[in-house]
Amino acid sequence: MPLQPIKFYQTGTFTVGNRLLDESQRTVQANMRRTNSLNSGHRACQGCGEALGARYALDAAMQATKNRLIAANATGCLEVFSTPYPETSWQIPWMHSLFGNAASVATGIAAALKVKGKQDVRVIAQGGDGGTTDIGFACLSGMFERNDDVLYICYDNEAYMNTGVQRSSATPPAARTATTPAAGAHPGNSFGTGKNVPLIAMAHRIPFVATASVANLHDLEAKVNKAMTIHGARYIHIHVPCPLGWGSHPSDTLKVARLAVESGLFPLFEAEHGEITASLRLRKKAPVEAYLKLQRRFSHLFGEKPDRDTIAMIQAIADRNIEKFGLESP
Amino acid sequence: MLQQLEGSRAIAQGIALCKPEVVCAYPITPQTHIVEALAEMVRTGELANCEFINVESEFAALSVAIGASAAGARSYTATASQGLLYMCEAVYNAAGLGLPIVMTIGNRAIGAPINIWNDHSDSMAMRDAGWIQLYAETNQEALDLHIQAFKLAEALSCPVMVCVDGFILTHAYERIEIPEAHDVDAFLPPYDPVQVLDCNDPVSIGAMVGPEAFAEVKYLQHRKQLAALELIPEIASEFSARFKRDSGGLVKPYRLEGAETIVVALGSMNGTIKDVIDEMRNEGHAIGSLAIVSFRPFPLQAVRAALVDAKRIVILEKSLSVGLGGPLSDGVRKSLSGTGLHGHTVIAGLGGRAITRKSLKALFVKAEMDELELLDFLDLDRDIVNVQLEREKETRRSGPVAENVLKSIGTVASRIA
Ligand SMILES: Cc1ncc(C[n+]2csc(CCOP(=O)(O)OP(=O)(O)O)c2C)c(N)n1
Ligand code: SF4
Ligand SMILES: [Mg+2]
Repeated sequence: MPLQPIKFYQTGTFTVGNRLLDESQRTVQANMRRTNSLNSGHRACQGCGEALGARYALDAAMQATKNRLIAANATGCLEVFSTPYPETSWQIPWMHSLFGNAASVATGIAAALKVKGKQDVRVIAQGGDGGTTDIGFACLSGMFERNDDVLYICYDNEAYMNTGVQRSSATPPAARTATTPAAGAHPGNSFGTGKNVPLIAMAHRIPFVATASVANLHDLEAKVNKAMTIHGARYIHIHVPCPLGWGSHPSDTLKVARLAVESGLFPLFEAEHGEITASLRLRKKAPVEAYLKLQRRFSHLFGEKPDRDTIAMIQAIADRNIEKFGLESP
Repeated sequence: MLQQLEGSRAIAQGIALCKPEVVCAYPITPQTHIVEALAEMVRTGELANCEFINVESEFAALSVAIGASAAGARSYTATASQGLLYMCEAVYNAAGLGLPIVMTIGNRAIGAPINIWNDHSDSMAMRDAGWIQLYAETNQEALDLHIQAFKLAEALSCPVMVCVDGFILTHAYERIEIPEAHDVDAFLPPYDPVQVLDCNDPVSIGAMVGPEAFAEVKYLQHRKQLAALELIPEIASEFSARFKRDSGGLVKPYRLEGAETIVVALGSMNGTIKDVIDEMRNEGHAIGSLAIVSFRPFPLQAVRAALVDAKRIVILEKSLSVGLGGPLSDGVRKSLSGTGLHGHTVIAGLGGRAITRKSLKALFVKAEMDELELLDFLDLDRDIVNVQLEREKETRRSGPVAENVLKSIGTVASRIA
């Protein structure tokens, strides 16, 4: 029978690509037997990137560890929406202690497992950007520096969402939050020096650091998989759009996440022992405007008189990333 | 085995006999010698099957203990003063989660002004955190209380603080009986958690609880402390049966027969108090004392029973509840309600101010003459206070209080008589 060419009309997703792959290469999410570590029924908003990211990451980690996984969670949206007493969405042993101590709690769990001779059980700590880059930063750095056997995952939605969208040190310049209102001479968040926690993690020369996006499931799962093959301190920073805080449409979560990557604002890379070993080249480059325009937190930059200067400054950040992380397609 | 040991070393040996599986600590005077000794024991293998973790803060220290305890390991940490306050959020959390962590407090004052010496301000600041608090009178008792603390904590699934006076006990060399390992093993069974992070039986620990159930969860925490009121004496008598000495319990009465004046206190100052009582008894004074070992839970009935026949009560406190008086007095007065006795609060020994026999005797004599105020301060230098009050009245920019007071005094060392 002659080969018949098939046309794919679906663009902008990797779904079709997944189906064409050999089964062993398909995503964990595509597998009917995925664990749904964070099960349905939780209270996240529609289109919540953090809920998506957490399920992606933990299902992958569960598969990688043959379901031998314990998670420690910082206070934040993920914790609140997943465990309204007496319900829980967690299908894995899971613990929440405080906002700023997830990394230390995980260290304690890992230490207990070690003395108990249960080293097949692996430990994940997870928190939002606030719980990671701000209040939990000392505990995180301590865990890194001791090279404790913990994978820490930061779900970065670029603000304190659980308390109503206040600025964190991960909030991007110009973004409107409840504490950086779109008012005054310089509306939105100020242009500070930035705080790139993946790079800071690398400065600890821990065995593995990666950034990931909910828009690139294959890449995200591969990074979690790789992290689980390594012992010692590991860090994955996942970009997770928050429709409520960003003022984006719930159905646009993946689109927004993808544009963050394609614009160069959120570079995807991985590093081992402090050296970058791979970065994801951009198949197609998007202007930052395309990303910003989908989000009401940046709406003060547009409208009748667009704030060209500020947009240009944000574009410059993206361009610098593209150069620094070698994102230009070959 | 009898040994001449520094208190901290003895406590560390007691901890080691309890076979903790995770020990984590951050250094602060006067707790350091305890954790240094444990670090060494883990390194040399004397304390086997134990992870010793050097953390970056007290907040992390207790957080590591929280994780380790929830994963089923017997967990221990120690701190003092600023360190205890720095971990405050985790202190409440450990109790709320019902994790049987044991923590030594090397009792020390809280700044400002920064001060490394002993008083009870630190553990008192955590008195309502949901931890059981036991106060040691001697280093022997400090060691013994730790062994009892693990048993108590694990029986109730409730964390226990063992409060040991900084320097006065932690750095004092005393003759101490170190228990035999087989006796400790027989006394303290392995940790069998009521909740544990287990892949074969996954649970979620630390859920969010709203108004619909929060009060019940908190009440159950209170119930644990009520149960401890029963358990602490039981454990103490089991301890004395096995180890052939008395340690712990709820309260320790001393020469109460016919006592008209009873002195109530926590911790090591009971030693000095007893010396003064012996002296005064010899001179015919009807005076006795009551050491409170268990401050949380507060043994209202035992205290009442011990005090009810007295004519007056003097409550000596190494902690000032600023704006009110003394936290120990709150409990003692509650235990006295309806008896007609009210109790005199005397704040003493703040920031390491020596509590001398001479001062105590003068105080007790004054008490016997019913000349004590409801709130009094032992050896407070009113002249210095008045100089500063005058200064503040005269000049708006009178400057930092601590520095002014120090200037009025001259050299510091000469004050510690
Ligand atoms: C010590 C402490 N400070 C503040 C809070 C209040 N708080 C709870 S969650 C939260 C925001 C969490 O932000 P983030 O870590 O970014 O997670 P998100 O909710 O955005 O996922 C804040 C400020 C707290 N619980 N504890
Ligand atoms: S506020 Fe944002 S992060 Fe929180 S549940 Fe809603 S979408 Fe998710
Ligand atoms: Mg956030």
